[in-house]
Parts: sequence; C-alpha cells; structure tokens
Amino acid sequence: MNISNIILPIIILIIISYAIYKKVDLLNTFIEGAKEGIEMTIQIFPTILAMLLAINILLKSNFILDFTSILKPILDVLHFPCEILPLAMLKPISGSSSLIVMNELLKTYGTNSYIGYLASVIQGSTDTTIYILSIYFSSIGIKKIKYALKVGLIADLIALISAIVIVNLLLI
Amino acid sequence: MVNYIWAFFVIVGILYSLLNGKIDLVNSEIINSASSSIEMILSMLPIMCLWLGIMNIAKESGLLNIFSKKMSPLISLIFKEIPKDHEAIGLISSNILMNMLGLGNAATPFGLKTMKSLQELNSNKDSASRSMITFLVINTCCITIIPTTVISFRLLNGANNPTDIVLASILTSVIATILSLIIDRLFFYLERRKDEYI
Repeated sequence: MNISNIILPIIILIIISYAIYKKVDLLNTFIEGAKEGIEMTIQIFPTILAMLLAINILLKSNFILDFTSILKPILDVLHFPCEILPLAMLKPISGSSSLIVMNELLKTYGTNSYIGYLASVIQGSTDTTIYILSIYFSSIGIKKIKYALKVGLIADLIALISAIVIVNLLLI
Repeated sequence: MVNYIWAFFVIVGILYSLLNGKIDLVNSEIINSASSSIEMILSMLPIMCLWLGIMNIAKESGLLNIFSKKMSPLISLIFKEIPKDHEAIGLISSNILMNMLGLGNAATPFGLKTMKSLQELNSNKDSASRSMITFLVINTCCITIIPTTVISFRLLNGANNPTDIVLASILTSVIATILSLIIDRLFFYLERRKDEYI
C-alpha cells in the first residue's frame, strides 16, 4: 500500500465524519460549494487559453532549447550544470513540458546521477510561477500586479540555486 | 508586465520559427492550443467542483474554522494584515497543506478561493495586495513533503530507491520559501517608499 494513496481518502473521511457529527445538510452543502467551482473554472478559461497559446508557440519554435545552448559557454565557466538549464527555464511556464524534460534527463543520465538528482529536486520543489500568477490574478480581476512577477521569478532562481547547493551537500 | 511576457512569447516564438523553418509546427499549435485549453478546463472542472464542495462541508461543519484557529499563529506571522478570525487564514492553510501533501490538483481550488477571499480585504480592487503577492510567493516555492509525481517518474526510470530525494526536496523548498519571503518583504518596503516619494 502506497502511503500517498491513503492521504486523499483520509482527508475526505475526516471532513465527512465530522460534518455528520455536527449534523450538516451534507448533500446540499456539497452542491452549493461545487456550483462555485463551475463559475470559477469558466472565469479562468480565457486566461488558460491565452497562456497556453503563448507558451505553446514559444515551445514549438524551439527558442528555449536553442537559447540555452547559447548560454552554455558562459555557464560552463560558472560551473553551472548546463544539462538542467532547459528544465529550469521551462518550469516557471509549463508544468507538463518540464515534466517531459525531467523524464528525458532521468533517462539519459540515470536517476542516481548528479543531473538526475538535481532534475528531481528542481521539479519537486518549484512550481509554474507565470502560469499560477496569471490564473490567480485574472480570476479576481486584478490588473496591476505590482512587484509580484519579479518576486516570483526571483523565488524560482533562489529555488534553483538552493537545489544545486543542497544536492551537492546531501546526495553527492 | 505579464502583458509584455505574453507578447514576448508570441512574437519571439513566431519570428524565431519563421527563421528556423518550424513555422508549420507553430501554425498547427495555434489551432491546437484552443482545443488543448478546452481539454484542460474539462479536466479541471470536476476537480474544482469536487474540492470546493468538500470544502463547503468542512466550512459548514466548523472544521475549517478549527483548522484555521490551529494554523492562525503561524499564518498570521507571515500574513500580518489578515484579521485573525478571517476565512482567508483557513483557506491559505488548506492550500499549503494540499501542496505539502503533493496534491497540486487539489491545491488550485483552494488557491483560487483564497484569492477571492483576499480580494474582499483588498482596499484597491484593481491592484494586487501585499498578502496576495506573499501568497503567490509561497505557492511558487510549494513546500512539498511527498513529491508524488517526481517519485513516480524516478520509479519509472528504474531508481532502486525513488524516495531518496525527499529530504533534499523538502530542504530546498523550505530554504527557498524562507529566502523568497524575505525578498518579498524587501520589495514591499521598497515599493512603499517609492510611493511615498511620489
């Protein structure tokens, strides 16, 4: 039995049991909440379409991969592992394509190699910043996001550097 | 600024594909994007409804409130401007909890609901509030205790001990989150000072 497969059912079990104990009108309460889900999903649809369009155009043009190979000589000097650069650049914009890149890295270098560890840690400890940012803000009609993007991208960079340092310290 | 990024993606993507001959791929992708966004919405809709339904039950029964009270000292430390008994605290905690457990899909509904609730507290409805940006920063670093997707991909690629990255992954996200929160504060004070001069 996989521990992560138990978590979700247990959470639901606790919530429902407590609600029964408190005599909540279960079904109607659930439906009321679920209705809000329809509204919210429809509200973010245009944003998802817009983001997917732009992200996919950029991905298919191969720009990111070519760009990282240009940066390679500079990063070699800094002892930065270039192999993970495509992953690091894709992660803030697209979760599914960064997952594909991580899979490729694991396949090519092996799961217990330096690159394999690094790719796994980066994938596991960062999220799709630009995507989350646009969906979250557009869902409530925020037009001025102030310094949000700057901080979000700096956070990604910090996570990348921390991942490199920690993998070097702990796993190698 | 998101406007510029969006334009940058589209313009650079199209111009670059014109140069390297990948324009056919890009052309078909423009049409595909429309249908893949519908697929995405369709797979998202039931998850949103499911979790917002379950959460409504937790809210009505008072469980969310109990959870909020337990988490409130910690959350209030980071989000000083949210009133202690506000619904947002419970929602932020739920979102972080879901992220911690590696249930990214379930985290999104709570995230969106949190933004809605933070908007109620926002004095200027057009622009992002400090707590919204802080919430976003926490979300992008996503402290994960069990990175389920990564573990399954490692297993798939023949790792004999696929969970060996867990400790490194937790440490990385904790350190990154703390540093990012400091940067977030820094930007907030810099921005406020700028406003005062103008």
